[in-house]
Amino acid sequence: MSATQVAIALWTLVLKEIKRFTRIWPQTLLPPSITMAMYFIIFGSLIGSRIGEMDGFSYMDFIVPGLIMMAVITNSYSNVASSFFSNKFQRSVEEMMVSPMPNWVILAGFVLGGMARGLGVGAIVTLVSLFFTRISVAHPLLTLGVVVLTAALFSIGGFINALLANKFDDVSIVPTFVLTPLTYLGGVFYSISLLPTFWQNASLLNPILYMVNVFRHGFLGVSDIPVGWALAAIVAFIVVLFAIALWMLEQGKGIRS
Amino acid sequence: MAEPALSIRGLTKVYGNGFHALKGIDLDVEQGDFFALLGPNGAGKSTTLGVVCSLVQKTAGQVSIFGIDIDRDFARAKYHLGVVPQEFNFNQFEKVLDIVLAQAGYYGMPRREALPRAEQLLKDLGLWDKRNGSARMLSGGMKRRLMIARALMHRPKLLILDEPTAGVDIELRRSMWEYMRRINREEGTTIILTTHYLEEAESLCRNVAIINHGEIVRNTGVRELLAELDTETFLLDLAHPVAQVPHIEGFEVSQVEGAQLAVMVHRGQRLNDVFAALDEQGIEVVSMRNRANRLEEMFVSMVEQGNGEHREVVDRAEVGK
Repeated sequence: MSATQVAIALWTLVLKEIKRFTRIWPQTLLPPSITMAMYFIIFGSLIGSRIGEMDGFSYMDFIVPGLIMMAVITNSYSNVASSFFSNKFQRSVEEMMVSPMPNWVILAGFVLGGMARGLGVGAIVTLVSLFFTRISVAHPLLTLGVVVLTAALFSIGGFINALLANKFDDVSIVPTFVLTPLTYLGGVFYSISLLPTFWQNASLLNPILYMVNVFRHGFLGVSDIPVGWALAAIVAFIVVLFAIALWMLEQGKGIRS
Repeated sequence: MAEPALSIRGLTKVYGNGFHALKGIDLDVEQGDFFALLGPNGAGKSTTLGVVCSLVQKTAGQVSIFGIDIDRDFARAKYHLGVVPQEFNFNQFEKVLDIVLAQAGYYGMPRREALPRAEQLLKDLGLWDKRNGSARMLSGGMKRRLMIARALMHRPKLLILDEPTAGVDIELRRSMWEYMRRINREEGTTIILTTHYLEEAESLCRNVAIINHGEIVRNTGVRELLAELDTETFLLDLAHPVAQVPHIEGFEVSQVEGAQLAVMVHRGQRLNDVFAALDEQGIEVVSMRNRANRLEEMFVSMVEQGNGEHREVVDRAEVGK
């Protein structure tokens, strides 16, 4: 395919994915907005006012970056996992497989679609948070960069999950039993400096901690961990997972007999 | 000489469970042909076509589409290929127009070119009025036509139709036949068809391959194949029921119902002799027809013969254990 044809194919796939999640917005865009509004009301306003400050900031200001990141992570992941698995289930993935579209375009199309939803929901949650606090961004470029990279990373993760899944249950296992616990334990609601030394060290094994902290650093200018190291780790994860997902596609794992 | 539209050499497929779906088949389909690939369920038809359109990974062998080896440049080969699978394989929740436009996009076709093409195909196939409706609201026949429109969006030179008229009513089936004939005749599109309706293959196709147990058992012209037909069975409707089966010298006669007889006529025998004998016995025939489609008789006899040989091989293997 020529470069123009590749661009048309990629745009077709991205647009199709965006149309899909906007068509079913009551399932994709509305629930996270309501859930996050609940978090802001209950944890930020009601309980947060009794907690006081965290790392020198009001509790509401402290949890806003974490909650935005949580929404981005779960929505990027679940968008690609459910959309690609649905394509497998309805066999519409064959439309793409019989076409001359390179595998990397298929992967990139779904990943960009997942990123669009993750970032879209992140933007909605940010707007919701404005009803509860005034947001100031200390490092805008870093903030934008890390949220885009995180959306990409979890979109690729969702794609791999969908390739390996054989039934709908398989696409909900990872978000329920892996992503949610790691996100809650990834410093969304607390600073790891509150934990005993052992659990502080154990938390450092949680990759989501790095993303939440870098994102919070972008907003507030404070972080529990070195920002440069965390960014490098996210980029490395993206490269490795993209290569794995592409290899699986080339091998036809889960889609070719 | 022009490259064949499809050339297959030594194609072998062994599935993960050890099942030998294809045992080194060779097949050529010439450009512009209307070709039938026939075989009973599980014979290897869909596996063969699956390999050609990249849905199934081959174990060994070579496949070329218009001279392009799929192992060397599958992407270029795919431009020539349009596929209408056996089962519905589109997103049922998408709009009809979006489905065909997306397919054009996957082939890198710009939207300004894809829109008029989609309009033409959807109008030709009677789906234009449904373009803004969700695909799941279409009837079974409409869904099949949608898959044909989708497969033709990028103007393929080779169209693969895997049982395109399964579950489609007779009137619609005939209109789909007419459409397929038209694109084969007017646009020169090579068509490969698998079907269980042998009448369809006899009516549409010029050449045929019969596959059974993963092997091509015949590959010839439909006319040549029919010329080999040794026996035909005719059903005779009688004016009045007969109490016993009449004897006709040299012919095998059986009674289907009280007023219907089945007569097997071998090649070289004359139907006139049948009528003369019945006339002599005072039996009046009011109408006559073939018991089955002629190709079907040939197909059944080949498959039965193949199954017998296959059973022998299995039996020998069992004894040898």
